[in-house]
Amino acid sequence: MTAAAAFFYLFAGVAIASGFMVIASRNPVTSVLFLILAFVNAAGLFVLMGAEFLAMILIVVYVGAVAVLFLFVVMMLDVDFAELRNGFQRYLPVGGLIGVVFLIEILLVVGSWTIDPGLVQAPLGNVAAGENMTNTAALGRVLYTEYVYFFQLAGLILLVAMIGAIVLTLRDRPGVKRQNIAVQNARTQATAVETIKVPSRQGVEV
Amino acid sequence: MTTWDVIGTVLLITLKSFVLLALLLVFIAYALLADRKIWAAVQLRRGPNVVGPFGLFQSFADLIKFVIKEPVIPAGANKGIYLLAPLVFATLALASWAVIPLAEGWAIADINVGITYIFAISSLGVYGVIMGGWASNSKYAFLGALRSAAQMISYEVSLGFVIICVLLCAGSLNLSRIVMAQDTALGLFGWYWLWLFPMFVVFFISALAETNRPPFDLPEAESELVAGYMVEYSSTPYLLFMLGEYVAIMTMCALGTVLFLGGWLSPIPFAPFTWVPGVIWFALKASFLFFMIAMVKAMVPRYRYDQLMRLGWKVFLPLSLISVIVVAFVLKLTGLAPGA
Repeated sequence: MTAAAAFFYLFAGVAIASGFMVIASRNPVTSVLFLILAFVNAAGLFVLMGAEFLAMILIVVYVGAVAVLFLFVVMMLDVDFAELRNGFQRYLPVGGLIGVVFLIEILLVVGSWTIDPGLVQAPLGNVAAGENMTNTAALGRVLYTEYVYFFQLAGLILLVAMIGAIVLTLRDRPGVKRQNIAVQNARTQATAVETIKVPSRQGVEV
Repeated sequence: MTTWDVIGTVLLITLKSFVLLALLLVFIAYALLADRKIWAAVQLRRGPNVVGPFGLFQSFADLIKFVIKEPVIPAGANKGIYLLAPLVFATLALASWAVIPLAEGWAIADINVGITYIFAISSLGVYGVIMGGWASNSKYAFLGALRSAAQMISYEVSLGFVIICVLLCAGSLNLSRIVMAQDTALGLFGWYWLWLFPMFVVFFISALAETNRPPFDLPEAESELVAGYMVEYSSTPYLLFMLGEYVAIMTMCALGTVLFLGGWLSPIPFAPFTWVPGVIWFALKASFLFFMIAMVKAMVPRYRYDQLMRLGWKVFLPLSLISVIVVAFVLKLTGLAPGA
């Protein structure tokens, strides 16, 4: 067994085991931590395939950002999982049936699935991949030349989603004092301080 | 490749890693001492001066003290995650050093995506903090962890854009190639700190925030959160957090050296200076950055939390994003873009 194969079985084994632990563990925080372990092992598999850029981006995006948000939500929300499990027996038949249907569908799809030999060459298209081009450069070249419109479209969809999320959550609350640092810095003695001569025994209205 | 070749390679990499680890830890022991000495000097104190001549063995005395103390685990803590958190934090901090080229060809793994690797690993460091804060089962630790995580994620974004600016100029993600791209006849004026000076400033400040250094050490704001996410930790687990923090600071210094200060290159590109081994230049440059970080700690008061977030999202993020566009346009229009 070569070293690469040994690493493949290590990463794949740990990924599947941690994937199982995500749904099996009792504590939701532990579940998310196992999910992270699964992501990291998937990144390891990418490295073995020679797709080191994808591996690193997987870690930066999914582990470094998305899973942190999961973890935040799971830690902040007080989810009572014992209560959620109460209905387990009652929903088991329906859930099991759906699971079996999915399993059969997946087996049918994967069983009859072959890769079109023409398709393997297609993604690179007429972008000639040089012999000593790193896969980061090759990926960039394909994305920004061959598929630039799709790339822009995907970016636009993400932008719309982001603006949508901001619009839905942004509330303009009246009566809240906000700090405007530019205004504060622009204050001079003339605008900030006023000297008042107070007449004796009469006081002033401010 | 035969089995013996594989075993030989593995042994060689292990040996290299051990040598690097030992040197790095000794360097960090003295960086810690230097940090305290600089801080003391600014405040007209002597700093640690009892253990060894001029207090030179202070860090080792601290190490022994931490290790032989009793680790206390809080009763309500999630024991496994509680002990895993400092390990994760320290291990990830050390893992970045695998790709940093200390001199020409002196990287344990000279991988093509070196800079993305460091970025990915340093974005994982936040897990040590969150896990530690949550598993301690204490509200101070938890709030400290949330603050710290939010801070680290916020500044990572602008740090990423700064790195992209450098990548555009260097045309490679490989750290050695980035250093080589700065090797011009101009010597120290050909390095990116001059050409990308605003980005160097953003990088430096973001590095402070990313490593939770003063003036951004809000996670351990002792007046409100006693010591942030590590308040329940003691003994060796605490030592690991502390170690991880200093390793992360040194990583940022090394990264700044590679990206902006020309790595192992000599500042004056002719004879007597180019004879000095590259690793010495590298150490000097990293120490210079560390000195600046230590001075900031001594001179600048702590930021308020909302000001910290404002600086990250409303100042640095637009600034670095615009810089990426400007740098790309300038490189393209002047034809200076590498590989163009």
